[in-house]
Amino acid sequence: MGDAEIVVAKMAERVKVREQDAKVRATNFDEVCLGYNEEEAVLEASRCLHCKNPLCVTGCPVGLHIPEFIEEIKNRRFKDAINEIHKSSSLPAVCGRVCPQETQCEAKCVLGIKGEAVSIGKLERFVADYAREHGSSDEVPITKNGKRVAVVGSGPAGLSCATDLAKLGYEVTIFEALHTAGGVLTYGIPEFRLPKEKVVIPEIENVKKLGVKIETNVIVGKTISIDNLLNEEKFDAIFIASGAGLPMFMHIPGENSNGVFSANEFLTRANLMKGFRDDYDTPIKVGKKVIVVGGGNVAMDASRTALRLGAETHIVYRRSEKELPARTEEVHHAKEEGIIFDTLCNPVEIVADENDNVRAVKLIKMELGEPDERGRRKPIEIKGSEFEIECDMVIMALGTTPNPMLSKNTKGLMTDKKGCILHDDETTETSLKGIFVGGDAAIGSATVILAMGAGKKAAMGIHKYLTNK
Amino acid sequence: MYKIIKKRNLAYKLCLYEIENERLARVAMPGQFLIVKIDDKGERIPLTICDYDRDAGTVTIVVQEVGATTKKMNELNVGDYLQDVVGPLGNESDLISMNKDELKDKKIVFIAGGLGSAPVYPQAKYLSSQGIDFDVILGYKNKDVLILEKEYRDLKCNLYVCTDDESYGFKGPVTNVLKLLCSGKIADADYKDTNGKVVKGKEVIKSSDKKKYNHAVAIGSAVMMKFACITTKELGIPTVVSMNTLMVDGTGMCGACRLMVGDDLKFCCIDGPEFDGHKIDFDSVIKRQAQYKDEESRALLKLNEGNTHHGGCGNCGG
Repeated sequence: MGDAEIVVAKMAERVKVREQDAKVRATNFDEVCLGYNEEEAVLEASRCLHCKNPLCVTGCPVGLHIPEFIEEIKNRRFKDAINEIHKSSSLPAVCGRVCPQETQCEAKCVLGIKGEAVSIGKLERFVADYAREHGSSDEVPITKNGKRVAVVGSGPAGLSCATDLAKLGYEVTIFEALHTAGGVLTYGIPEFRLPKEKVVIPEIENVKKLGVKIETNVIVGKTISIDNLLNEEKFDAIFIASGAGLPMFMHIPGENSNGVFSANEFLTRANLMKGFRDDYDTPIKVGKKVIVVGGGNVAMDASRTALRLGAETHIVYRRSEKELPARTEEVHHAKEEGIIFDTLCNPVEIVADENDNVRAVKLIKMELGEPDERGRRKPIEIKGSEFEIECDMVIMALGTTPNPMLSKNTKGLMTDKKGCILHDDETTETSLKGIFVGGDAAIGSATVILAMGAGKKAAMGIHKYLTNK
Repeated sequence: MYKIIKKRNLAYKLCLYEIENERLARVAMPGQFLIVKIDDKGERIPLTICDYDRDAGTVTIVVQEVGATTKKMNELNVGDYLQDVVGPLGNESDLISMNKDELKDKKIVFIAGGLGSAPVYPQAKYLSSQGIDFDVILGYKNKDVLILEKEYRDLKCNLYVCTDDESYGFKGPVTNVLKLLCSGKIADADYKDTNGKVVKGKEVIKSSDKKKYNHAVAIGSAVMMKFACITTKELGIPTVVSMNTLMVDGTGMCGACRLMVGDDLKFCCIDGPEFDGHKIDFDSVIKRQAQYKDEESRALLKLNEGNTHHGGCGNCGG
C-alpha cells in the first residue's frame, strides 16, 4: 500500500472528538463535548483540501475565513488562527459549540460528498479555547470616530454588532434588561452545552476589552425610551436586538395547572438563576417524570436539563423523528443520555389532580400527511387514538414570539402580524430613521449564528448610515 | 449596585425602603412594579412601586417578610446596597391614562388589604394631586400591622380603616365596610379609635350618604381580592385588581406569570399587572401562587436554622 492511499483513507473520516461518557454526564452539568487537543486539532486540520473556491465560507452566516484559520492550525500557529477568526467573529468559543455546522459550513465541505466533512466547528472551538487559555484576545488598534451607538440587548446579535462597531471606532453601549449579560447564551443554553464561567463570560469580557460598555438592568422601552436614547443620551444610532419574548402555549385544557412550565421559565431558572444549585435562592421544580413538548433545540436543552436533575424525561413531538428540527448532534446526545422520544403524538389536554397539580398528559396519535409549503409533512390527528401518560411535570417548548415591550412602547416602530420588527433586508433599518434591528426581534426564533450574522449586517448598515449622515 | 437611602420599620416584619435608581425613578408611574435581586445568588422578586421621587432619583418599596429572600432583605440597612433593581415593569394604572374629565365622572373607591395599602398609595397620591375626590378602605388583620395610615390621612381623602379583630377602626373585612358604605349604614356602625374607645361611624366620617361607586380598585392578597370582587360584582361596581403572580424575569420571557382573564391567556408582566377583577379566576391564581411553597419553606428553614434544620425530608441532601 502506497503512502498516498493511507492519507486518502484517513481523510474519509474526521478525528473523533472526545466526549464525557453518556451515563456519567446524564448526572452532571459539566460540558458534554471535551473538544480536541493540539494533536487532534492539527490532524483534523490536515484533512482540509484548501479548495480554490472554498464553499464552506459561503455556508457561514458571518463569513468566517475558514480555510485560512484551518491552515494556521495545521502549521501550529494557533494565535494566528484566532486572529483570522476574530476578523469575522467575536464569539468563536460560543459558535464552535452551538452553531449548526452540519447544515452550514460543514454541509458545503467537499470532503462531505464521499466521507465526513472537516470538523470545522470543533476546530473553531479548539482555537478559541486555546486562545483563551493562552491569554490571546481580540486586540486591534482602534481609532475612535466620536460617534455613539446604543445596542439594545446583550445576546449574540447585540454582541456581534457591538464588536464590529467598536472596531470601526464607534463608542458603543449595550443596554441589557436582565442582571447578567449574554442573552440566550446566559439564560437559555445550558451549562453542559455552553459553560458560562469558562466560555460565555470570557467572550463577553473580550467584547468589553474593545471598549464596549454594558449597562445591565435597563429595559429599553420601559426604563428608557428609544426617543430618550436619541435625544437625551445623544446616541447617533440604535441597534435593537431585544431577542425572543413571550413563550407560546398550546391553549389546551389544563395548561395553567401547577407543574406546567414554558421551556423559557424552566431554563431561565436553571441557567440564569442557577436554581439547581443549593447555594442559589431561586427555586426550581423537578418532576419524577417530565414530558417536554416540542422537537427543537430548546426542547432538547430542557429535556436534558430535567434529566440531569433526576427525572425520567420524554420528548413528545407531533411529527416523526426525521422531521425533528433540533440539531442531529443534540438529538443523538439526548438519546445517548436516556431521553425517551415519543414521536407522532401531540397533547390535547393536561390532566391535573384535585390540587391542580399535573397528573398526566392526554396525547393523541398523529400520522403524516402531504408536505406543506416548506416541504415538511403535515401531522394529522388520528381520530379516537387518545391515550394518557402519567407525569408530574410538563415543559412546553413550542417557540416564542418577539418581545412586545419595546415595539409597544415606541411610536412609529412598525411590526408584522407576529410582532417581528419590520426592516430593510439590506441595511436592517426599521421604519424609524437611524434605528436598526436584528436577531429574534426581527425574524422570530432562530439560531445564535443567524443572530450574529444579523448583528454584523446591522453594523454595516449603521456604519453606512452614520458615514453618510 | 443600588443604595438603600432610607429604611423605616412600618410594622412587625414590614419595612419600607427608599432605593437609589435614577433611571427608574425618572419614569416610574403608579401601578407599575420593579424587580429586586439582593445579591449574586439571590432570586428576582417583583415588588410594587409605592412611591418615587424624580428629583432625588429614588423609588420606594415595602417589603413584607414572608420567605428567606424577604427575610434577608429586611436585614439590610441604610447604606447597604442591593445588587439589582430593575424597572419600571408592567403598565401604569388605568386611572393614570384617564384625563381629568373622565376622572371627574368616576366615583372611585380604593380597597386595600394589608400590604395592598402600599401599591394603592401612589395611585391615591396621584388622584389627590389631580384634585379628584375618592374613598379609601384600608383593611388589616389587627392594629399592630397597620401601615401608611398617616400617609393616607395626609392625602385628605375619605379614609375608612378596618381591622379583622376589631382592634382599631371599623369591623373588617374590607368587604364589610364596602357594603356599609354602599348601603349608607356606615354612620351607625361601631368604630374603635386609637384609645380603644368605641364610637359611632358618623362621628368619624364626613358624610353619611349612600355611596354610589362606579370604579373600584382592589389590591391585596389573592384571597382578599377574590372576596372584594365577589362583593363588588354583587354591588355592580367595575373593579380593577393588581395581580402579584409568580415571576422570574418580569420582562415577558418566562411565562411564569400567566393567568386566565376571561377566556384569554394573559401575562401579568406584559399585559398587567392590572386586570378586570371580575374576569379573574382567583381560585386558579391562588393555587398557582402556592406552587413553590415547599421550596420556599425549605429555604426559610435553612436560613433560620442553618445546617441543623435537616429532618430527613430527602429533598436537599442533608
